[in-house]
Amino acid sequence: METLMSILVGLLFAIGVYLILTKTLLRIILGTSILGHGVNLLIITMGGLKKGGPPLLGIKNLTYADSLPQALLLTAIVINFATTALFLVLSYRAYKVLGTDDTEQLRGIKDE
Amino acid sequence: MKKPNDVIIRSVTKVAVVIIFTFAINLFISGHHFPGGGFIGGLVFASGLILMFLTFDMETVRHNIPVDFKVVAAVGVLIAVLTGVGAMVLDAPFLSQSFGYFELPIFGKTELATAVIFDVGVALAVIGTSMTIIMSIGDDR
Amino acid sequence: MNNLVILPIIIPIIAGMIMVIFRKNIKLQRFFSVLSTIAISISTILLITQIHTNGIQTLHLGGWKAPFGVSMVADMFSALLILVTSIVSLCCLLYAFHSIGKEREANYFYPLFLFLITGVNGSFITGDIFNLFVCFEVMLVSSYVLISLGGTKIQLSESIKYILINIISSFLFLVAIAFLYAMTGTLNFAHLSIRVAEIGQEGLMTTVAILFLIVFSLKAGLFLFFWLPGSYSAPPTAISAIFAALLTKVGIYAIIRVFTLVFYHEPEVTHLFIGILAAATMLLGAIGAVAFWDIKRILTYNVVVGVGFILAGVASYTTEGMTGSLYYLIHDMVVKALIFLLGGTIIHLTGTSKLKEISGLIRLHPGLGWMFFIAALSLSGIPPLSGFLGKIFITEGTFEAGYLWLGGIGLFTSLMVLYSIMKIFMNVFWGYTDLTEEKEKGTTKGLMLPIGILTIITIALGLGAQGIHEYVDMAVEGLMNPSIYIEAVLGGNLSQ
Repeated sequence: METLMSILVGLLFAIGVYLILTKTLLRIILGTSILGHGVNLLIITMGGLKKGGPPLLGIKNLTYADSLPQALLLTAIVINFATTALFLVLSYRAYKVLGTDDTEQLRGIKDE
Repeated sequence: MKKPNDVIIRSVTKVAVVIIFTFAINLFISGHHFPGGGFIGGLVFASGLILMFLTFDMETVRHNIPVDFKVVAAVGVLIAVLTGVGAMVLDAPFLSQSFGYFELPIFGKTELATAVIFDVGVALAVIGTSMTIIMSIGDDR
Repeated sequence: MNNLVILPIIIPIIAGMIMVIFRKNIKLQRFFSVLSTIAISISTILLITQIHTNGIQTLHLGGWKAPFGVSMVADMFSALLILVTSIVSLCCLLYAFHSIGKEREANYFYPLFLFLITGVNGSFITGDIFNLFVCFEVMLVSSYVLISLGGTKIQLSESIKYILINIISSFLFLVAIAFLYAMTGTLNFAHLSIRVAEIGQEGLMTTVAILFLIVFSLKAGLFLFFWLPGSYSAPPTAISAIFAALLTKVGIYAIIRVFTLVFYHEPEVTHLFIGILAAATMLLGAIGAVAFWDIKRILTYNVVVGVGFILAGVASYTTEGMTGSLYYLIHDMVVKALIFLLGGTIIHLTGTSKLKEISGLIRLHPGLGWMFFIAALSLSGIPPLSGFLGKIFITEGTFEAGYLWLGGIGLFTSLMVLYSIMKIFMNVFWGYTDLTEEKEKGTTKGLMLPIGILTIITIALGLGAQGIHEYVDMAVEGLMNPSIYIEAVLGGNLSQ
């Protein structure tokens, strides 16, 4: 299972990097988003994928799942969500003000 | 432009929003011992609000719910941080919590925990931020 | 347990949230922001005295003991940095009162500023590597907004670059944390230190260490500084000054913390690598500073040189080098804010940042001119100003470690820094005065107070170095002996 997930993580990373290297801002944002999913999957895979109950007292389970990667994952998802939203709003604003979403043309903008 | 026919979504929303809000409150309350909690409860609550924004006009909903969601988020964070400060006043480590069992009139013997206050803060912060994000993206036309 | 430890984080967040609620009341916001920075300073001074007498202070949040809960750890190193942070941010706030403009003030400038400080202080004080990531994000999200606040064209195009770079480096940070967690099974710094020492820093562990180095280098501007000059010259002066003073320093703090506490077993690999990067950073930064004829560009490249120099001391991994790095870090935070505020004032007065269009400003503003001169000397490490001591110790440390080339490059780039700053001084302040008081684009009213405070601090840091000597030594001792930190955090739980 871990091997399969690792391959999937690699695939997500590849797609994310490819999208980030394109010129359109929207694709770049989608790329960061997909890269983020890859990272999240990596965290949960690194914690070990196994079936088990929550590590609480009083629950009669023989195996326990590691809850720490899940907590990390939740935090990472929230942060990823917030930064993606901010990035989206900002690049939309940039598109309106600067009149382009092509990174090639964004380079030449100087202060006035 | 032809006005879209939105009878179905309007009538469904009126019923569904009530159910969503109830479910959100249920998730929030059950969060102390079972899956759920302030974060998820807040998100579900926000999704109900967003459904309302989608169905009815933004102005209509804003007129009926005249709250600045940024302030809601700020109040939420303040509540959450101040519960931590409360622990400091009692000379316990920041964010310490406690709970006790009380005899209440209707509910009988009930467990009350200070973590709930923290969770209220979290829920408000989540509702506030997610609504602010959605509204700042959706406001533009 | 000591609740003072958490105060530098919760004071700004509470003040910031109150300000969000009272958005319309600018006077109240100004009052609260100054009050909270002063409150942080006072609580940190108390904290420093406690650390000085009782050793490292820790706080386990919610009473959950390390390594299971999240710990906040204040050793002398982080406490000193927090104190300097709050003083510098106070000065930048005072400068912002007169320069930032009504529109930005109404659009949450002060709350965002305080959230930035929350993130910076949090990064300094946390004892857990994932919490470090969270505090980094708090700091970065506020910096994203601050860098684009106001929405001018240059700000928007630069902020997109800045955000993209930082989002990617955050992902790399998470990847590194994931690998580290898989290999050690813990995230607490002290516990990590023990586990890494047990497992041994073999090939894979060193790879993870290098991954961390890349992440922090992106934030600190160590070699991977290509985004820095553009981003730091886009926002208004008060914001770029606080960025120059604090943001790269947080990255440097993270490098120092991780490579003295956790990955310190292979200094001939990791620390040498830091040294090479530092040398390249110093050279490239100095070339940039010498080549440009634009005040903002020269100053931002000087930030890069400073980063390289601080990490040269870290690379030596000797007590002298570390002492020098610490002195220079404190000095650099003060003097970078100072020189950015001075440069911003010049641009504010003349309306241009091109060196060739300005001359003879000293006739109209002698105070500004002489303070710029002092700042320039301090930046290049002329005795008796604050940069001198750090330079001496870092050079001594690199020589002692046998990295003669590193110390040599450090000294050579100091000369280039001196040249680049003197270039500004001579072009701006000397020469024929073609500007009259009526033709100036702005006034220095209210702007001279924060600049004056920072100038006094840089002189005092130089002359009174003996006074802080004891504290710096204690901080360095903590850095060179990880066992002190581990003992303070884990205490009796060492058998875990």
